[in-house]
Amino acid sequence: MAMFKNPFDAGRRITRGCDCGRHESQSEHERAIRADAVEASASDESRYQRVVENAIIRAIFPQDAARRLFLKTVGASTATAAISSLFPIGFATEVFAQAVPEKKDLKVGFIPITCATPIIMASPLGFYTKHGLNVEVIKTAGWAVVRDKTINKEYDAAHMLSPMPLAISMGVGSNPIPYTMPAVENINGQAITLATKHKDRRDPKSWKGFKFAVPFDYSMHNYLLRYYLAENGIDPDTDVQIRSVPPPEMVANLRADNIDGFLAPDPVNQRAVFDGVGFIHILSKEIWDGHPCCAFAASREFVTQTPNTYAALLKAIIDATAYATKDENRKEIAAAIAPANYLNQPVTVVEQVLTGTYADGLGAIKRDPKRIDFDPFPWEGFAIWILTQMKRWGQVKGEIDYKSVANQVFLETDTARLMKEVGLTPPTSGSKTIVVMGKTFDSSKPEDYIKSFAIKRT
Amino acid sequence: MTASLNLRAIVLSLAILFVFLAGWHVAVQSGGSAPAANIDPEYARLLGQQATQGKSAMPGPLDVGKTIWGHLRDPFYDKGPNDKGLGVQLAYSLGRVLLGYFLAVLLAVPLGFLIGMSPLISKALDPFIQVLKPISPLAWMPLALYTIKDSGISAIFVIFICSVWPMLLNTAFGVSAVRKEWLNVARTLEVGPVKRAFTIILPAAAPTILTGMRISIGIAWLVIVAAEMLVGGTGIGYFVWNEWNNLSITNVIVAIFVIGVMGMLLDQTLARAQRAVTYPD
Repeated sequence: MAMFKNPFDAGRRITRGCDCGRHESQSEHERAIRADAVEASASDESRYQRVVENAIIRAIFPQDAARRLFLKTVGASTATAAISSLFPIGFATEVFAQAVPEKKDLKVGFIPITCATPIIMASPLGFYTKHGLNVEVIKTAGWAVVRDKTINKEYDAAHMLSPMPLAISMGVGSNPIPYTMPAVENINGQAITLATKHKDRRDPKSWKGFKFAVPFDYSMHNYLLRYYLAENGIDPDTDVQIRSVPPPEMVANLRADNIDGFLAPDPVNQRAVFDGVGFIHILSKEIWDGHPCCAFAASREFVTQTPNTYAALLKAIIDATAYATKDENRKEIAAAIAPANYLNQPVTVVEQVLTGTYADGLGAIKRDPKRIDFDPFPWEGFAIWILTQMKRWGQVKGEIDYKSVANQVFLETDTARLMKEVGLTPPTSGSKTIVVMGKTFDSSKPEDYIKSFAIKRT
Repeated sequence: MTASLNLRAIVLSLAILFVFLAGWHVAVQSGGSAPAANIDPEYARLLGQQATQGKSAMPGPLDVGKTIWGHLRDPFYDKGPNDKGLGVQLAYSLGRVLLGYFLAVLLAVPLGFLIGMSPLISKALDPFIQVLKPISPLAWMPLALYTIKDSGISAIFVIFICSVWPMLLNTAFGVSAVRKEWLNVARTLEVGPVKRAFTIILPAAAPTILTGMRISIGIAWLVIVAAEMLVGGTGIGYFVWNEWNNLSITNVIVAIFVIGVMGMLLDQTLARAQRAVTYPD
């Protein structure tokens, strides 16, 4: 790190393109400095001092050659003394070390489903306040509205479906806007629910002619349902109908007999059981154990222009996610997020989802503590899998640079850094194995993976 | 005679209300399915009453009455950005409607005057008005969200655009229909154009203009609910959406009731204003 090297060393270059020479532009450079400062926050005070000294020296000597000449002439120690007497380096270091968020009052949008648990609970349980932020979490009517309000900057960050930042960044279904997904919110936590009248038709091969609902076209729900159907020999485009329906309408539609079932986020599945209109066929965990679902997303602009705010917000989310992972906290969380201000659901419903002890709608009580789980790490492999499915079902056409899109949107490195800061151990990058219905996915060969499917649209 | 007519009307109204409520109550009581027999109590604890006791999904009038009373007792609570009292939600909706509506008045009345007084402008603007008028206000919503980039202002814009047309057309019609004799009298008395507009045309056209305004406020109130359901955040439309999300039909019915009463109040206010400016011919 150039800014941690001693600027009073005449032998060192600290200027190239930007002030330090390692970045394309001045703004990018400043962001990197701040990011590095955040990285250092846990430990080393002296590193801050170096950062501050660097900034001062660079301000005094915009030309690196002049700085070196000056240092050579007067000597490093004299220079340090001279500049310290003019400028309170100690004080500046202290101010800088606090890495104050540029913006404290934030608005974060969410859809009232249990996937948003970390985003929501961070408000009543005080995780945002702990990281110096004043966050209002705003309930939003649908995915398209979340997308538009985030693009319009009414929200600083938002709860999205994990394929959405990829779709927005590539300009599928909206104008291309560079988007990032610094954290996955939840893994698992979805289910296929069928109308009670189908309780004897549990074999998916007999589902020809069914009408299904998923929350959004660009959702894990859509891809998982399609995958599940296709593996069972049902063509999701010709043999059944899949429509995009907002979650609250799903139960109403199931009751009205407009649809036969849905692959939906909770609490919708449990709500269907609670109201006696459907039963849980399988949990999404049984299709792919550990699949990502919803995401915490922000525009690249937010990440680059207010890096401290972004870091604080992400830390709050990571912290909340870690808290939600622990089984013993789940009941408390359910009670905190069930009221009208958040999910607006009966507490029993939310509790059944979060604790994994639930009524399946057919008279049995099932226990699966990993029904929903929380893990913030945005594996690039997840992004590549989602991209393969987008291509498989014809949502994107032509060549995709899988690796670079995944890398631009799923911010593994940032998340790993901030996880360390809040005292968690990030996993080693690239070590994730993805197994969907018994089939292993090799993220280095996405095209071969698509080719291996019998039912596809390419 | 009129007193007794009014009295009889009130009695009849109450009778209709009573029959309606009683019918509703009975329908709901018998509507649910039979309670499911011998469910494991531990399992039953995890389910709602609809699943265990066969309670109808439709609430009865007593449930609704209880909920209305609950809202009336505390209409202005504020439990965070997504849970505010019914009174607060109504105030938000009313604020949006009035703002959009008055902006529309500011544009529609002067423009209507111009169209009514000048046959040339009337003919020139006619095709635009004819094309824009029948567009469903909500069809503007995505465009507004995209261009204005603010959901609150978009909602106000939608109110504005839908309440402009009835006022514009009524004003233009009222102004152009002012009796020629009155204008001729004014001309012989050498009244200037500004004075003519304010002392002759405006009073003459006022009843028609207010009719337009009354139609507009009705439309604006219809639209705000739909617009708020779409963009969310605050307002009575958001309240409906939020309760629907919870599948709480009781609260949805309460909201429908409140929306109706509020719409009636708005309409009656303008009806009163209309009566005030009406003159015997």
